[in-house]
Amino acid sequence: MTWMWGVDDWIIILGVMAALACAIPGTFLLLRGMSMMGDAISHAVLPGIAIGFLISGTRDSSWMFIGAAVAGVCAAVLTQVLHRFGRLERGAAMGVIFTTFFAVGLVLLVQTADHVDLDPNCVLYGAIELAPIDLVTIAGLDMPRSFPVLVVICILNLGLLLLLYKELKICSFDPAMARASGVNVTLVNQIHMIMTAATCVACFEVVGSILVVALLVVPAAAARLMSDRLPIVLILSLVIGSIAASLGHLAAINVPGWFGDVPETSTAGMMAVMTGVLFLLAWLLAPRHGLFTQILHRWRLRIRIASEDALGLVFRSIENDSGMTRIDIRRTIVSFTEVGVVIAWIAVRRIRRDGLIDLKDNRCVLTEEGYRRASELIRSHRLWEAWLWQHADLAADHVHGQAMRLEHVTDRSMREKLAAQIDATGIDPHGRPIPSSNPVGDGGPERSRP
Amino acid sequence: MDDFLRVLLLQEYNTRLVVIGTVLLGMAAGTVGSLLLLRKRALVGDVISHATLPGVGLAFLFMMMFGGSGRWSPGLLIGAAAAGLLAAGLVMCIRRTTILKDDAAMAIVMSTAFGLGIAVLGVIQDMPSGNQAGLESIIFGKTASMIRSEAIGIGITAIVILVSCLVLYKEFRLLCFDEQYAGSQGWPVMVLDVALLVLGTLVTVIGLQAVGLILILAMLIIPAAAARYWTDRLLMMMFMSAGLGALSAWFGVTISALVPRMPAGSIIVLSSSVFFLISLLLGSRRGLIIQIWHQISLRRRVGRQHILRAIWECSEGRSSVHRDHLIGMRSWSTGRVARLLQAARRRGEISMDSEQVILTDSGGAQARDIVRNHRLWELFLIKHADIAPTHVDRDADAIEHVLGLDMVEELEAALSQGDTLPTSPHSIAGVQS
Repeated sequence: MTWMWGVDDWIIILGVMAALACAIPGTFLLLRGMSMMGDAISHAVLPGIAIGFLISGTRDSSWMFIGAAVAGVCAAVLTQVLHRFGRLERGAAMGVIFTTFFAVGLVLLVQTADHVDLDPNCVLYGAIELAPIDLVTIAGLDMPRSFPVLVVICILNLGLLLLLYKELKICSFDPAMARASGVNVTLVNQIHMIMTAATCVACFEVVGSILVVALLVVPAAAARLMSDRLPIVLILSLVIGSIAASLGHLAAINVPGWFGDVPETSTAGMMAVMTGVLFLLAWLLAPRHGLFTQILHRWRLRIRIASEDALGLVFRSIENDSGMTRIDIRRTIVSFTEVGVVIAWIAVRRIRRDGLIDLKDNRCVLTEEGYRRASELIRSHRLWEAWLWQHADLAADHVHGQAMRLEHVTDRSMREKLAAQIDATGIDPHGRPIPSSNPVGDGGPERSRP
Repeated sequence: MDDFLRVLLLQEYNTRLVVIGTVLLGMAAGTVGSLLLLRKRALVGDVISHATLPGVGLAFLFMMMFGGSGRWSPGLLIGAAAAGLLAAGLVMCIRRTTILKDDAAMAIVMSTAFGLGIAVLGVIQDMPSGNQAGLESIIFGKTASMIRSEAIGIGITAIVILVSCLVLYKEFRLLCFDEQYAGSQGWPVMVLDVALLVLGTLVTVIGLQAVGLILILAMLIIPAAAARYWTDRLLMMMFMSAGLGALSAWFGVTISALVPRMPAGSIIVLSSSVFFLISLLLGSRRGLIIQIWHQISLRRRVGRQHILRAIWECSEGRSSVHRDHLIGMRSWSTGRVARLLQAARRRGEISMDSEQVILTDSGGAQARDIVRNHRLWELFLIKHADIAPTHVDRDADAIEHVLGLDMVEELEAALSQGDTLPTSPHSIAGVQS
């Protein structure tokens, strides 16, 4: 499908405007744990639209907008009331209210279906493809009818955000604290609900009442995974929403072509899919909370621990005068710790590459730097063993495993504190010497032999 | 009138099938719904139902690719069920691996899946062989035009669901009320959760044909939520919920058959909403009216105890008390004191001589008991909770009204007080000692 100026560009502009309008209330819905509220409101506007429609009898009237907004706010308020006074769980309360509203809306629509042409599908999926045809002239410029509405709602949302930023923030993160510091939490919540309802109504014509939820919550969720700071989350959700909207239309006119002779598919649907795709990317690749990032982090940690264990093994092997080959070290690591063959191999390779060990007759020996690092580690290990034995009442033959874990997270100051707390015999519970805190000065690796 | 009777008495073969099918669906949805509601998973039904749309669409495309007509309905339903389960799994996955909460995970999966569904339907509609695929009926349902095989399929599946719920009743009960205990007893919590989701998915998939994917949520939640107002017992709740679901399904189908232009799905939902509203108001366990009644009777009991205690403490039960004197005892208004005194006189606990109040014999005995409870509790708080004698009056006041007889006996034992009336540990406001 070829690009058509005057049609496709307007579609993308409208989509981006809708995404921008949704991102602001959506972020706060997400933070307040009310993501499904967008869904509830967007279903519940149906009777309002139908009634507004019955009153005016035409499609392009403000009655429909007002009816929808009233129905949306009613649904939000009724949900809260049912949750509080009916003692019903919030999700269930939402489900009861919005399905009832939706059913009423459907009955009204079917009742009026004969003398008006309001298609429920249009309410559900929106009609963004038709928007560029339905033009109005404002200040001498032709523009789609929904454009000015979206501009107004964007400006309103942005204005409310700037005006109430502090209040919205504190009410989202800590309502109790907000109440204690004198913020009218109920009022802020109601304003937020009205903002959400108005945004849903303004956007339903563009993306349909159900896909509004995608624009409300999904970009905000992706942004939340990318950052832990509210201003950045807000900005990112605006950006992600806009990208998803633009990509959505491009996908709608291009992707179906791959499956044969199909011209195009629903832009609104594809926009929702694209928000999902971007969320998936954030889920996997986000800098701190991403799945891959976390896996990578865990791997690096395991490699570091395995390298330290390998270094410790070399130290011990020199101590008992039983030189170990690299294969011995790998085998020992795999059989005595929880790491696999691959990590053991990487670990041994790493300490060799970092110049911590050398080979002499194929047996591993420590370099100067390696000796320093290894004796720090062994010192941590044996100090912990001694401490656990003396202060934590662990049996001497049980302390090794604990010390094995603790040695990797012990720094210099911790070591000195431990050293100060144990009996200064310089011997660990197994009778081996604890390396001194200044190992290089005491004559190098050969001196550590008993 | 003839029409009315014919529909009502199920004389038409087609109506009979549709009614039986949807009534069984209503029962199954109500039963599974009460479990989902108690497991706090009510909205998972919404996620599953929205996710069935791409499932149906993709199944259609898949069957077309292999030369079929694409409209073989068991194939479509399998696609729907697979997609629903996948979505439920994805929600769990997002919740486990990210910092996002339950609601966000559900909203993300639901909206994205639905968007995908609409995009796939858009493709199907534009395909040369795909128009009039009729896939859209799953969004709004089409009870009236249900055919025989569909009704039978719905009925059989519903019976299977009901039987599984009864068979797994004990396991589900534990899952809903104490997940950790169930886990510690060795029940496979995860497997049970998945089983519950599978049942939910089955209900959703068979419900698609009857009420459509948006309103099926109502059949799951509303009867269960309504039943919750009547009982605290799970089995009872499941039966009630199934009954309400069946009743609303029957109403819905009947009304939509009788009245022109009434979509059955919506009427089913609206009838269950009416049942919900009735239960919300009248429910015998948690209904609003019973809650308000409890509050009123509590306030009345507290008022009676306060006025009797005030009269007793003014006079230690011996002489008459002037009404104005009582007003100074607590922060209550003249009107309230007058009302309380009137109520007490009606119960025969006091007699009034113009403005003077005198306790009758029975009133005096009751007042003495009330004062005694109060003072026992005060003494207990002073002795065992280290509260200063000057502060103890309020604390005792907050709790004395809910003291049962056995509690009073325990207090007597703890304080080694016999049947005597202890003196007040603090000075009493408005009384010169």
